[in-house]
Amino acid sequence: MIKTENLTKRFGERAVVDDVSFLVEPGTVTGFLGANGAGKTTTLRMLTGLSEPDGGEAIVLGGRYRDLPNPGRRVGVLLDAAAQHGGRRGREALAISAQLMGVEQERVAALLDLVGLDRSAARKRVRHYSLGMRQRLGIAHALLGDPEVLILDEPANGLDPPGIRWMRELLRDFADRGGTVLLSSHLLHEVQALVDRVVIIDLGRIVAEGSLAELLAGSGTIVRGEDDARLRSALEAAGLEARPALEGGFVVEAQPEIVGRAALEGGVALSRLAPSEGTGLEQLFFDLTAGADSTNGARADRMEVAA
Amino acid sequence: MSTVVFESPLSHRDVERRPSLARLVAVELRKMVDTRAGFWVLLGILGVTIAALVTAYFAGSADDHTLRNTFVLAAAPSAILLPLVGILLVSSEWTQRTTLVTFALVPRRARVVAAKALAGGTLAGLALVIAMGLAALTTAIAQPDVNGTWSLSSQHLGQIALYVTASMLMGVGFGALLMATAPAIVLYFVMPIGMSSIGAIPWFDGIVPWLDWWSSVSILADKELDATEWARAGTTLGVWMVLPLLAGLWRITRTEIS
Repeated sequence: MIKTENLTKRFGERAVVDDVSFLVEPGTVTGFLGANGAGKTTTLRMLTGLSEPDGGEAIVLGGRYRDLPNPGRRVGVLLDAAAQHGGRRGREALAISAQLMGVEQERVAALLDLVGLDRSAARKRVRHYSLGMRQRLGIAHALLGDPEVLILDEPANGLDPPGIRWMRELLRDFADRGGTVLLSSHLLHEVQALVDRVVIIDLGRIVAEGSLAELLAGSGTIVRGEDDARLRSALEAAGLEARPALEGGFVVEAQPEIVGRAALEGGVALSRLAPSEGTGLEQLFFDLTAGADSTNGARADRMEVAA
Repeated sequence: MSTVVFESPLSHRDVERRPSLARLVAVELRKMVDTRAGFWVLLGILGVTIAALVTAYFAGSADDHTLRNTFVLAAAPSAILLPLVGILLVSSEWTQRTTLVTFALVPRRARVVAAKALAGGTLAGLALVIAMGLAALTTAIAQPDVNGTWSLSSQHLGQIALYVTASMLMGVGFGALLMATAPAIVLYFVMPIGMSSIGAIPWFDGIVPWLDWWSSVSILADKELDATEWARAGTTLGVWMVLPLLAGLWRITRTEIS
């Protein structure tokens, strides 16, 4: 179980993580999505005790991560696949962590086998690894302590399509056994196949959260008006549930004509009204995180939605 | 395929038990020798030690090679070069970004710093044992024909052990304080030059002996110290070893790991 409550982190005046609350339950694989710089990594570092929150709480397995006596045995963490000593052999990198956690050394070989690093790869120094190999080593490292929870930052980065398929099976299997998985990504198409729930963050704030099926449901409509407050009250008056999209606009679980009529009755001029039907997660992600037109350009640079 | 993970033997011992400090020290010692850089630096220190003894054996007269002299010589490379190992022991976690792994596995960062200091002390002890072995071998081969060939007072022995261990811990302290390799190494090498330049200013010349590592601490290897010399060594150790260790501990336990 992973939970954040009003989690906030400021660097100077700027809140890079702003009042973030979400819950990841056992048995699910949750994708933590957002553009680079949206606050994903900072949130994951606060969850793992590497960064101190300025407000709110980060809870893993019912308490603070740093209060876990031997965290590696309960929470598998991969925050950066590049964060291994380049002069150390792959097998040795796992072996020292196994020694530290009190895990049998035989498990090192089993995990190298599991992630598909053969004997010659395991003997190589990490400096000579490709990004894909480092990711595999990082996954092996995260699983080393036989944890209940996995926290993975951009684990699909650098993996080829067979690698992604392999990871999907691995994480699915882990979750089906009651494990909890939170993984971040800025590349939507990569994780669309991996996750069953998503939490989307933009500019430090959660802008959408729900099951993949729910968020991809064809009934949704994206609506934006000249006046958000009046649009919201118009939607509420019509009995429609509206989730705010960033910097104005809402996602409404209703057909566009119903949303349009609600706006008409409320006397709100619309600047955008579109079905999210069949648009896929990429469009959803884009709609939810791309705010006012003036900032679209800057934000598009940070997002690699079309990659 | 993934069932392998769960079927592989894994006892549930230690899941709810904190890794002991002894285990953290063992891991830190392993981390000093299991990288290419760490391995060659330590082998290099051994090589320099042997080269110094061999050179002295052929250059000097046999009667100079009493155990006292050969041991002082054999311990010198360790005293000068182990601080670099101590610096790397801490700073490489930042340059190689392994802090993300290290502190995720051991969130109580003070325990990691303590383990590194203890591992540094252990390695210094090991270096002293090896230096003593090589020194004794050299003396045995040289067979000096003088009184007290094998005499080495326990005080002098203790002073040399303190000198080598303190040098190592000074390196650990510099690494912890600066959390970067290059500035820590620069500080280590610039320190004596800086001290002698300051000593050249008349007003400061009275203070420098109380702060200069190369005169008041390295003297530990040369002779048995008197009370004033001990006081000077003590203040210098406080400034260059204890303070950086404490300030480094303070910084590391508060810094953001990224």
